[in-house]
Amino acid sequence: MSSNNTAGAGPSLGAGLPGASVNLGRKPRPGETAIKAVLFVSAMLSVAITVGILVALVEPVIHFFAEVPFGDFFSFDEGQRFAVFPLITATLMTTAIALMVSVPLGLGAAMYLSEYASRRARKYLKPTVELLAGVPSVVYGFFAVMFVTPTLLQDILGLGVGFTNALAAGLVLGVMIIPTIASLAEDAFSAVPQALRQGSYAMGANRMQTTLRVVLPAALSGVAAAIVLGLSRAVGETMIVALAAGSQKNFSLNPLEGMQTMTGFMATTAGGENPVGSTSYNTLFAVGLTLFVITFVINMVSIALVRRYRQAY
Amino acid sequence: MSVATATARDTVRIATGRSRDRSAASLVFLGLLWFSLFFGVMVLVVLITDTAIAGSGRFDSALVTGYDSTLYPERTGFRAGILGSLWLMLFTAVMAVPLGIAAAVYLEEFADSTRWYNRIIEVNLQNLAAVPSIVYGLLAVAVMALIGIERKGIVLGGAIALALLILPVIIITTREAVRAVPEEIRQGSLALGATTWQTTWRQVLPSAVPGIATGTILGLSRAIGEAAPLLMLGLASSVRFDPEGMMSPITALPIQIYGLSSSSQQAFQDAASAAIIVLLVMILSLNGLAIFIRNKFQRSW
Repeated sequence: MSSNNTAGAGPSLGAGLPGASVNLGRKPRPGETAIKAVLFVSAMLSVAITVGILVALVEPVIHFFAEVPFGDFFSFDEGQRFAVFPLITATLMTTAIALMVSVPLGLGAAMYLSEYASRRARKYLKPTVELLAGVPSVVYGFFAVMFVTPTLLQDILGLGVGFTNALAAGLVLGVMIIPTIASLAEDAFSAVPQALRQGSYAMGANRMQTTLRVVLPAALSGVAAAIVLGLSRAVGETMIVALAAGSQKNFSLNPLEGMQTMTGFMATTAGGENPVGSTSYNTLFAVGLTLFVITFVINMVSIALVRRYRQAY
Repeated sequence: MSVATATARDTVRIATGRSRDRSAASLVFLGLLWFSLFFGVMVLVVLITDTAIAGSGRFDSALVTGYDSTLYPERTGFRAGILGSLWLMLFTAVMAVPLGIAAAVYLEEFADSTRWYNRIIEVNLQNLAAVPSIVYGLLAVAVMALIGIERKGIVLGGAIALALLILPVIIITTREAVRAVPEEIRQGSLALGATTWQTTWRQVLPSAVPGIATGTILGLSRAIGEAAPLLMLGLASSVRFDPEGMMSPITALPIQIYGLSSSSQQAFQDAASAAIIVLLVMILSLNGLAIFIRNKFQRSW
């Protein structure tokens, strides 16, 4: 019965409308269109967030520069209340130390996972590495202040560091961004075609030579993207540097000294008793905008690099 | 006989390409790779051990049931912070999850990726995922000012900041889960006369639920550990009552830890160590839940 029905209904649909081409794709469906519109608005919200960030930051910054001359903000003078350059150099210092830790370790972990580990081993090892990214940054910051500075740097290594210093903050920051670099770099290594490896083995190269001289150069733009994203994470990370790097502006190149970074400054200022709308409070937004612009440029470089390696293979 | 065996062994070694993987340089290189892989784990073990030892004196009931106390540092508790973090997590999920899933479904099932505006959304999402969390705090401050709420440090503000922060994470993981549903399922549904939305709602989304749940829980476990955006919103580190509603002033566990870690009193530092263990247990159980859901419910097609 039912089979008879379907068999009969099929042709009769077309037969009932001779000559008319029925394109169901063009049929107006108000419900469907409304749902699509709602979903589209949700997706556009992410763009609205970016615009919102810019507006939210720019408006107080306009008020800020109405009261503070440009020269006072873009100043290297660490005694100057509003100077931003000492904060930027401190950020660069902690970031540089962090990259010295995380680039070799992150790439090493990625090389092992992609080139050496079996499928089974990778299934267990990858989440283990990523576990590091799950630890809250305030916990890392506490660890830097309570263990890395007093025990590791002062007692074991015998360095003359203060209670807060850029070195401890940078080292712990580096550990925190290992998974960021490792997981993106592993994607880049895995995207290198197997034929390149086989060609290398056929020429008599061993695994190490293949990894370092064939896979690494072939994945270079992806590796660069991984490092750049790690850089962005390190620049924007707050709690570690707020706790461990110091809360005094210090225009110095000595990593053993305490120095306040951009995010550290923001954490201190927001925690203080500055009334909303005051110039001190607006400094928060001026530094925040500087931070956003810096990380935005870095992120765009990373996205462009990822696109390049995706196109290559 | 022995010559034949030796030749056979050499042939095997050459054939498997491992003849020179035993050279000194290769072994050192492999050792370095192992070191990079396990360095992080070693740090984690040291961190947890050191913190657990420091906090070991404080694993008592006052730690989770009492409010913070400046008078009795050895009895200070984190009840307000733990409850505050749970409230924040709940409201963050309520705001971020539906929006994130809707955006992801649009991008995967409806969007024509050749259109310029859809490409802008794509690039924008990748950028948002890497915006520093502290900046989201500033954005939430502006949103609160926009909707005319002047009270600082309340549930709503913190939840807005955290929801904005994890929205890109939820969108990205949901997209992966949706993309993992095979095309045949969609084609089968469409062939039976279902519209795109019916296909998405009745076929694609139910199949993608485990992946979406895993991604959402991981996003929330990131949110629960964040302190920087909450600092921007002026969450106090000392609150001596339970949260009562969206407009209730609260604190959060990471904020309390931050507040105590700059204290010079030993008892407060020990309490902070114990609170860190509580926070890590909360985050690890969320992660464990995510892994459990993934292993138990995820279908491989």
